[in-house]
Formats: sequence, C-alpha cells, structure tokens
Amino acid sequence: MDTSASEGARFQPASDQSLLITFGTEISLTAHQQVMKLLRLLQSEPVASVRNLHPAYCSLLVKFDGLRISHDEVEAILREYLARLEEVKLPEPRLVEIPVCYGGEYGPDLPDVCALHGISSAQAIELHSSATYLVYFLGFVPGFAYMGGLLEALVTPRLATPRRKVPAGSVGIAGNQTGVYPFATPGGWRVIGRTPVAMFRADREELSLLSIGDRVRFTPISAERFAALEKEWA
Amino acid sequence: MGVIQVQEPGLFTTVQDLGREGFGPQGVSASGAADAVSLRLGNRLVGNAEGAAGLEMTLLGGTFVFSDGAIVALTGADFGATVDGAQAALWTSMVVKPGQTLRLGPTRSGARCYLCVRGGIEVKPFLGSASTHILSGLGGHEGRSLRKGDMLKIGPANGAVPKRRLSANALKHVLPRKVLRVTPGSQSDWFPEAAQRMFYESRYRVAEESNRMGIRLEGGAVPEVAGGKMISEGVSLGAIQVPDGGQPIILFVEQQTTGGYPKIANVVSADFHCLGQLRPRDEIRFERVDWAAARSLLREQEKFLASEDLILG
Repeated sequence: MDTSASEGARFQPASDQSLLITFGTEISLTAHQQVMKLLRLLQSEPVASVRNLHPAYCSLLVKFDGLRISHDEVEAILREYLARLEEVKLPEPRLVEIPVCYGGEYGPDLPDVCALHGISSAQAIELHSSATYLVYFLGFVPGFAYMGGLLEALVTPRLATPRRKVPAGSVGIAGNQTGVYPFATPGGWRVIGRTPVAMFRADREELSLLSIGDRVRFTPISAERFAALEKEWA
Repeated sequence: MGVIQVQEPGLFTTVQDLGREGFGPQGVSASGAADAVSLRLGNRLVGNAEGAAGLEMTLLGGTFVFSDGAIVALTGADFGATVDGAQAALWTSMVVKPGQTLRLGPTRSGARCYLCVRGGIEVKPFLGSASTHILSGLGGHEGRSLRKGDMLKIGPANGAVPKRRLSANALKHVLPRKVLRVTPGSQSDWFPEAAQRMFYESRYRVAEESNRMGIRLEGGAVPEVAGGKMISEGVSLGAIQVPDGGQPIILFVEQQTTGGYPKIANVVSADFHCLGQLRPRDEIRFERVDWAAARSLLREQEKFLASEDLILG
C-alpha cells in the first residue's frame, strides 16, 4: 500500500465486486470533504450497476454488479466524477443536540476515564459536552456515527476486552472519537453516558438521527430528565 | 393466500430474501440469505421470482403447520424433513395439504436449510427487503428470529405450478466447497511472505460463535502486520480480516459496513453460498485466484443458475 501522503485518489479492488477509493492515508477534513462530495455526486447521479456505497474516514467503498461492469470500467467512470468534485456544493452542516445522562449506571466507564486522566467526573462531563463534533461517516451498524473532535484531554484507548453487549443509546469514546451505540451490540468503546434519543428508527422518514457531515453537541441531563424523555419518546 | 403456523421455530429461523443493497451510507448492510443459491433455486422450484422471501433455518429446523396447504420446496442442507411423518425430499417442489405438518430436525449435512413457499412469505418490507437484520431488530418477521406460535402469511400467487425438481447434474454444482477461493484483500501486501504462507497453508476450523455477521476461524495464527496504520474503511461481503491474535474472521451477510482490521483476502462471490453452509467445527482452507478467475467463476455460476435444463418439470 502506498504510505506516502500522496495527493489525489487511489483506486484498489477490494473484492471481485468492489473497488476502494482512498483519499490520502490520514484522517483529515480535506479527505472527509472529498469523500462527502464523491458520495453526494454518486447519490445524485447514480452509476448503473453500482449497488452500494460505504463511506468511511478517508475512503469510499463502491460495490458493483460484477456481471455487468468491471473494476476498470468503474474506475474510469469514477475518475470522471472525481474531476467534477470541485463543482459539488455541500449543504450547510446541521447542528444536532444529543441529551446525555453521564456516569452512574449509564456510564460505567466514566470513573476509569477520569482516573486515567486524573480529572473529576464533572470535568470529564464538561470536556465531553463542550466540544462540537463532526460526523465523519456512518458505519459498523445502522445509524452508528463515527464522530471526530474529542478534546485531547479525553483521548482514551478502547477497552482491552470488548463488552459482549453495550446497551442502545450508550455514548462511548475510543481514541479521539466519540459515538453513540444505536442498538444493543458488542462494543469496545468506553461508555461514559447514555442518551434517551433513538439514533435509528425504521418508522421515521430520516432513519438515522445523524448523517455524514453533521455537527453534534452533547447536552448533559439528569437521570430524572432521562427517564422523562425516554417515556415521552417511547 | 394462507398462513404458516410455527409450532416449533428450530434453533434460529429467520425470514430472508436476497437482501437490501444501497443503504451503506446509513451503516445498513445488505443482509439476505446466507446461501443465496439455495434460496434462489428453492423459489424457482415453487414458481416464485428468485428473490421472494423464504425461511432460513440454521442447524436445527422447525415444525410448521399449513392450515390452508401450500406448494413448498426445501433446499440447502438436509434437515431430515417429513410431512405428516412421511419423508420429504430436498430440491423438489411438493404439495402440502391443508392441515399437514412439515417437520424438520437437526442437520445431516450443511448449516442452513431453506423453506420456500409458492407466493413467498409476506412481511412488511424494510428498505425494500423482507430480510431480517437481527442485530438491529429490523426487517423480516418483527425484526427477530421465529418463535413458537408465530403466524406467517403466505403471499398471493397466480395459478398452479407443475411439479418441479432440480436436475442431478445441477445438484453437483450446488454442493458447498470446503476449499474457498479468495482474491487479495485491501491490505494483502501488509502481510509478509510468512503470514501469507500461514494463511494459505493452514486448515481453519469454524468457531462456535460464528453467525450471520461473521464467521470466526480457529487455526494457524497469521502473524501481526507491520505494514501501516489502519484507518476504518468500507468492507466487502466475504472480506477476511485479521484482528490482533491472528485468527481470521470472514465478514458475512449481516456484516458491519466498515471495519478497522487489515484484510488479507476476500472470498470470491461465486463461493459466498458455501459460507452459508459452514457449520461450527467444519474445516476449511483458502486458495488464491486472480481477478479474472474470480470474475469468470461468477459468470459461470450465473450462467448455470440461468440455464434452462437446471429445473426439470
């Protein structure tokens, strides 16, 4: 793999029916915008025989019907799209507020996070809820947003042993990322709180609360408020 | 239109069709039948469109009562099926009379047996597909595996279909392989020669905790890579990722859409259906093929599935 910080996109077959386009080898705003622009262009002008798109930090996986089109043909088409990235206008990012009840039974890893950084839980909550995060992409499971922008003072490695089940709504941190588990799934992020908001709902027009490119802020709420909101939104 | 009464659900039985493509940007993977070839053939045997929804049973089948009767076909692994006690063959359409009971037991061959019904299983589609996505509790029958007492609706179908069976020659084609053909993965060249040798020369055992999300393997540990810093990226169906510890995991139909482990290889599309028939403790190994070979394997498979003499009247 090319490890130089090369400009431009790199194409690579990922399977016999998919092609991976990578923008550089670092997580950056520039790469993120290129991913978003290419995704937007492919969504507004779909390519026949392309079946699915999996965006990530600085790459886009393009799945296609291998009976109808080849890697080379997909690459040629995508190169034309890339040449037009400049003209893609990204919408103003939305700001989404997510209420979180930190610590206690909802945030079992908050004490460890505080101990690792030598801070109080009030300080940790202040640090997590004072930053504005960027949704780099949705992945892993339906509606799971990978958010960047965690303050340096909270950067924490993931758990050595992932949990078998993390409750839905759990707010976690891992490295310099933060995220919310939409469903009860296995997970290795350190859980510091929980939101009563449904991150993904099949009966909502916007299935996922968050989309790629959104800005997110977390608002601390009490356990009482959590219970009230949970009841209200049930 | 009739109903199917679930008297016993079996170990893990879900409604599946060919899945939902196109929702990767929301983190939604395709899901769909683990052995799509068996589902497609089962649907053809009962005169459905190939992608109609059927029941996917895992390792131990269920017991189903057809109060209004139905035309059905069983495909995939042999779960020792009987209709009111009389042995029922695989790979053929059959008439189940009103009130008759179809009973399946433990597997005698692969991991999954499909029950296809003339008219298909009718459920409310989620994102255009009837497929159950277990992890998120969406799609299929109430987003979950079947339970005792569930009632499933059979969809409408026009006219009767003549009895159909799969040709003996075709049966040879659908036998699941234990030597899986693979193409290079996105990080193949991060793995040095010794790691590649370990991967391609080892026999791997399918671990107990394998499921529709991923098939976990136990065997020769692939040495850790020193290639570079992995940044989470989109992952393909059949991607073989190597986490710390070196025991490979094959991402399967209900896969995560992105992943952060390096991928040494990717199972070719033509062998996906074989993954769906792997049982815990089965032994497999991997054989490397090039892109052209993978493409022609897929073409051959589709040609075979489309051929006229596949299904006999």
